[in-house]
Amino acid sequence: MRRVVLFVLSYGLWLLLTLPGGDWPVYVVGAVLALLVAFFFGAEFTHQPLSFLNPRRWFWGIIYIPVFFWHMLVANLDVAFRVLHPACPVKPGIVKVRTVLKTDVAKAFLANSITLTPGTMTVDVDEDVLYVHWIDVLGDGEDVKANTKAIVAKFEKYLRRIFE
Amino acid sequence: MTEVTVVDVIGYIVIFVGVVFDLLGAIGLVRFPDVYNRLQSATKSVTLGTFGIMIGILIVAGFTPLGIKALICGVFLLLTAPVSAHALSRGSLRFGAKMWKGTVIDAYGKDKLGGPQIESEEGETKENKEAEDEVA
Repeated sequence: MRRVVLFVLSYGLWLLLTLPGGDWPVYVVGAVLALLVAFFFGAEFTHQPLSFLNPRRWFWGIIYIPVFFWHMLVANLDVAFRVLHPACPVKPGIVKVRTVLKTDVAKAFLANSITLTPGTMTVDVDEDVLYVHWIDVLGDGEDVKANTKAIVAKFEKYLRRIFE
Repeated sequence: MTEVTVVDVIGYIVIFVGVVFDLLGAIGLVRFPDVYNRLQSATKSVTLGTFGIMIGILIVAGFTPLGIKALICGVFLLLTAPVSAHALSRGSLRFGAKMWKGTVIDAYGKDKLGGPQIESEEGETKENKEAEDEVA
């Protein structure tokens, strides 16, 4: 089942990449490649392949896109300000945050979202603890709860609905 | 020369904004004090900048083969750039690249590497000054 979903996804991607289409070899080569990918990497693909068909997840996924881009834009203006400021005001440090997300995919997306938004960059993930490099640490950075609220909370509520 | 429409102009503006963010990211790469701050600048600004360029191409080209390829390119960039930044920063920490002396806290070093990886002596300051002069 997983392999079928992965095959459909990779073949769809191939069709998009070779968009104007062309002669039959294009489609045959794509099908062979997609089969190979599905065969070799199917085992490491998501454990709930049917969740791709769940409209509620897609709905929250689409809601998440503008939210994410808004945070990303703010992040960039913030970093741009620090870059152009004559004194280069940074107060960096690596802090710990906790996440309530359980699945690997959700954690991966959380880590990616953190990396692309306000002054934060995920360094490592260990079970439910994320180590985050922060360009402007809150206080002395020891307060895990406050860090979690500032960095993770705004994404978690969306990601939980999309991936879990 | 074909005529320039409003959509084209919007697309070019988006491309321009993307290029500006790329430039800021490059300046940050020079100005920030240590590996980790530089990665911040390199991932955030450059990812949004390049993504902006891709979206600009999509707007100019429309949903033609070119535009759709640009969109796929942008999405892959969004998915992979943070992963590479994550791998680089974790690798640098494990390798022993010290953090800047102004660093407030290093929870990762404390938990995993037996002590914060923060440099203590002066030495970064001089280089920092030079970088600032170059920018000015």
